Amino acid sequence: MARKTGGNIKDLLFERATGAFAFLVLFLAVLLFAVLLRESIPALRKFGASFLVTGTWDPVLEKFGALPFIYGTLVSSFLAILIAVPLSVGAAIFINEFAPPWMKTPVSFLAELLAAIPSVIYGLWGIFVLVPVLRDVLMKPVTKYLGWIPLFKGPVYGPSMLAAGVLLSIMIIPFILSVSREVLATVPQRQKEAVLSLGGTRWEMLRIVIGQHCIPGIFGATILGLGRALGETMAVTMVIGNRPEAILSLFQPGYSMAAVIANEFTEAVGDVYLSSLVLIGLILFAMTLAVNLAAKWILTKMVARASRGI
Amino acid sequence: MENVFEIRDLSSWFGENQVLKKIRMDIAKNSVTSVMGPSGCGKSTFIRCLNRMHDMTPGFRMEGEILLDGTNIYSEKVDPVYLRRRVGMVFQQPNPFPRMSVFENVAVGLKLNGRKLSRADISEKVERSLVMAALWNEVKDHLTQSGVSLSGGQQQRLCIARALAVEPEVLLMDEPCSALDPASTSKIEDLIEDLSEKYTIAVVTHNMQQAARISDQVAFFLMGELIEMDKSGKIFTNPSDKRTEEYITGRFG
Repeated sequence: MARKTGGNIKDLLFERATGAFAFLVLFLAVLLFAVLLRESIPALRKFGASFLVTGTWDPVLEKFGALPFIYGTLVSSFLAILIAVPLSVGAAIFINEFAPPWMKTPVSFLAELLAAIPSVIYGLWGIFVLVPVLRDVLMKPVTKYLGWIPLFKGPVYGPSMLAAGVLLSIMIIPFILSVSREVLATVPQRQKEAVLSLGGTRWEMLRIVIGQHCIPGIFGATILGLGRALGETMAVTMVIGNRPEAILSLFQPGYSMAAVIANEFTEAVGDVYLSSLVLIGLILFAMTLAVNLAAKWILTKMVARASRGI
Repeated sequence: MENVFEIRDLSSWFGENQVLKKIRMDIAKNSVTSVMGPSGCGKSTFIRCLNRMHDMTPGFRMEGEILLDGTNIYSEKVDPVYLRRRVGMVFQQPNPFPRMSVFENVAVGLKLNGRKLSRADISEKVERSLVMAALWNEVKDHLTQSGVSLSGGQQQRLCIARALAVEPEVLLMDEPCSALDPASTSKIEDLIEDLSEKYTIAVVTHNMQQAARISDQVAFFLMGELIEMDKSGKIFTNPSDKRTEEYITGRFG
């Protein structure tokens, strides 16, 4: 192979060294996966695929199933997406299109600062502020009048799937917001002018150009937020209630995959117990990996489209 | 001849930079008026004042009056949204909507402002607009195809059809051919001539030959000033201002 570096020994060393670092990152990811797989073999042997659909979590009888945790992770994350996406996209539209120039930087800076708050702080705030407020203002009245709907069934304790979803939504807003703003900024000016020149209002202009240009990007942002929500551990553990049961009611305590690992890893005695927790970790790893890859793929496609000018 | 636009002492600024200086001009009904001049002379800025396209440009400021049928379009009574329905625009780069079909691209303006037209009405208006834009024969069998799948020249005619569909009285065209090949350019020029029977048209161009071919009257802009405006025949054969003569004989610009 012809070497472009022209035989300079420093260049060669530099190339080799950086190459090694890059390889190391890849190697670590593979190693992580391999170790998770190896450690989860006892649980895989014992439960097989039924691990995914079993609702029992009984350390005494050593009978384990991941269903309540998968359910809790998915429901709390989707709840978070449901709340965060409209808020973030709305805020992105406001900041990009309507906010006066002096307001843009501080508002987006503060919103993005939300991402820098440690999740344990979110958890504490959740316990002391969010959970009591949700319990007294929302859950109690709703369950009183609409308790016959399975989603809102009581009794209300406070820590719940709903609390986890709401807290998660606040935590993922900065990510969805900043990607949405970038996506909105890729809309060509001439497309906006096209709508205006036809006698469109500002609202119609936004509706049309977002429909024409931003849907894949906003979808990508959503998936990115979902990826973060799925893996969030500390804050969720502190407000979800930690009851290993898959219950339809959002007002009831639940459990998530990350939370059960964090809570029970130190006290897991017995190979099967430990191995079951690792297997949950493996499932979570696969899920977040898939979701993040999907987001990357969508966003890359989006950028490619934007650079082609369509 | 009846005037559609009467522009009175129009000056405008982007920030501190004055772009237009006391422009006075009349645009006659059912005529083609070309605005020509070298790059940076303010011709695009000028034409975009006529449908208030600068409204959202930060730092834009103007003085003077632009009367459309006697009403100042910058007065508080005038809704820019309504104004733009009367004064349509075609841009330099063809800008069809990428996720809409040919049909939807033309129909899009008909659905704005909560207008509810019947399907038959919309189809009829879309067809009429495409016929007027001399595109119907080429696309009538591909109406559901994406608008961006057409060639550049077809896309520009699609944009003209889109502008015509909302039935404006005036059509502003900001260098409509500068991104097109000669064959497409000549099609658009023929189209401009045909459309001038029904519409008042103002075209920005930096191409003198084009201005000579299509216009009834030509305005020559230089550094934000209207140097001269006259009948097309007169301005290219016997201009009154020395600077116009220098420009058309190719001494600058």
